[in-house]
Amino acid sequence: MLDGNAVAGLLQEVFGTDVTAATGTCASCTAVDAVGAVHVYVAAGVVLRCPHCGSVLMRVVRSDKRLWVDLRGLRSLQLESI
Amino acid sequence: MPIVSRGFKGKRRGEGPSDRVPPGQYLTDDFPVLSAGPTPHTPVDQWDFTITGEVDELTRWTWDEFRALPSETFTVDIHCVTKWSKLDTVWEGVRLDTLLERVETAVDYATAYCDGGYTTNVPLADLAGGRAWVVYGYDGELLDPEHGGPARLLVPHLYFWKSAKWVRGLRLTATDEPGFWESNGYNLYGDPWREQRYWGD
Amino acid sequence: MAGAAVLGRLTWRVATVLDVRPETARAKTLVLGVDGWPGHRAGQHLDVRLTSEDGYQAQRSYSIASAPRQDRLELTVERIDDGEVSPYLAGDDLREGDRFEVRGPVGGYFVWRSDAAGDVLLVAGGSGIVPLMAMVRQRAEETSPVPTRLLYSARSWDDVIYRDELERLAGAGFEPLFTLTRSQPAGWTGYARRVDASLLGEVAPTPPAATFVCGPTPFVEAAASALVGLRHPPERIKTERFGPTGG
Ligand SMILES: Cc1cc2nc3c(=O)[nH]c(=O)nc-3n(C[C@H](O)[C@H](O)[C@H](O)COP(=O)(O)OP(=O)(O)OC[C@H]3O[C@@H](n4cnc5c(N)ncnc54)[C@H](O)[C@@H]3O)c2cc1C
Ligand SMILES: [Zn+2]
Repeated sequence: MLDGNAVAGLLQEVFGTDVTAATGTCASCTAVDAVGAVHVYVAAGVVLRCPHCGSVLMRVVRSDKRLWVDLRGLRSLQLESI
Repeated sequence: MPIVSRGFKGKRRGEGPSDRVPPGQYLTDDFPVLSAGPTPHTPVDQWDFTITGEVDELTRWTWDEFRALPSETFTVDIHCVTKWSKLDTVWEGVRLDTLLERVETAVDYATAYCDGGYTTNVPLADLAGGRAWVVYGYDGELLDPEHGGPARLLVPHLYFWKSAKWVRGLRLTATDEPGFWESNGYNLYGDPWREQRYWGD
Repeated sequence: MAGAAVLGRLTWRVATVLDVRPETARAKTLVLGVDGWPGHRAGQHLDVRLTSEDGYQAQRSYSIASAPRQDRLELTVERIDDGEVSPYLAGDDLREGDRFEVRGPVGGYFVWRSDAAGDVLLVAGGSGIVPLMAMVRQRAEETSPVPTRLLYSARSWDDVIYRDELERLAGAGFEPLFTLTRSQPAGWTGYARRVDASLLGEVAPTPPAATFVCGPTPFVEAAASALVGLRHPPERIKTERFGPTGG
């Protein structure tokens, strides 16, 4: 197991900005955590999980040409506007 | 073009014989552990295997019943979509044919479901014909939890994400319903010989 | 400039090895020059990508050890014997002039703000010292008065990375404490046990304003839950897990 810090680069590819300092709300248990602090599993793709209830927050799959992002488990993402 | 790092080879053993190793794969001697979540550690007295969904009757085996089914020890090659292949892996388990012959169904697809919530979809035709197993032994030992123990699905002719760890049953379905990875970029079928890694491959 | 380091599109850049410095028997510091490097914040890391002659690639993350500056940066890599990337970067063959790709800096969560008030606790396990060292170095360069305590767990005195520098920097509000879990030199007066609630309770009797914990995943889990058990407010504890990725 890793944490959100480990996929900062991948997530920056997805969002175009750093989101590890952003906070996400778990759609299952409503816990709020910094993305850098959530649990991360690396398998065929990257799975971000809620550190409180274990639910999947985000799934990212990357091929040479595309990225797929599943955000169903994330109720909301709060970023600092710059 | 990425620049080459002088002397870097990686850990792979080479590309291997092309009739054994599908395109784009590298051989490994390790057995890498890839997991989409924490390892469940289900005790066998709480384990069962169930076939549900579009079936005339739900079929269920407890661990002891499952272990009493005819089993076999066999050797196959496995191919992970993250590009490693491992040759001559030795497993012990029950053929899916043995399980499916107990079940009456009119549908063509199955979704394997697992402890921890992982799912993957496989056509029933690919589970039949001695090409798929539920295994509980690896290399002469009980299957280690980090590799899917107590039991995992093994469908070696498809990419290894189809060989779901910690499997607890099959749900038979009328349509091919994308599983955990298949619903977010990975190929619905996943034939390594046709390099069906992602959507559209 | 601080914000600029985390903004914008990520691109792979060529890093050239300018120097290699052994730190311990298993760890080496690589001094890198990276064209167009935008600078970084203490605690950030970068992604390294190695490419073989035949196109095979491997990618890993490495923390930046040096204090922020534009023209060069340092990584410290500990060799994991059956690893794929670390034996290359921290092995005997890498030398001045060798090149690989990096992208970054990345990460905006596990970063130290030199303008933040209040005392700081740094808890490192093994190579987890690396991003914390960037904080210690920046603090020293800026002659920051922020009271900073470092608890650094290593197997033995010879496994302590940056040992001389840490001892040299001690004082002026910086206090490095070591715990050696496997073997201790004769006459050792530091700690000689695993980082747990009783040790953390001694090192940080009152919750600091900010705590950074970094190291192998089991180390971070144990230290962070011990701190929470000691009633340190969880929102003041930032963690970074180095892996391994399995399990
Ligand atoms: C955000 C972040 C920052 C990091 N910063 C640094 C750093 O500054 N310096 C540094 O040396 N490393 C750092 N790491 C770890 C680094 O990314 C690699 O995981 C490590 O170098 C091993 O890579 P490898 O290719 O050699 O081993 P792999 O081929 O990936 O793994 C080989 C074997 O070693 C095990 N393993 C992998 N990682 C570790 C580990 N950390 N400890 C023990 N066993 C392990 C694996 O499970 C596997 O069995 C960082 C990791 C992250 C996520
Ligand atoms: Zn949750």
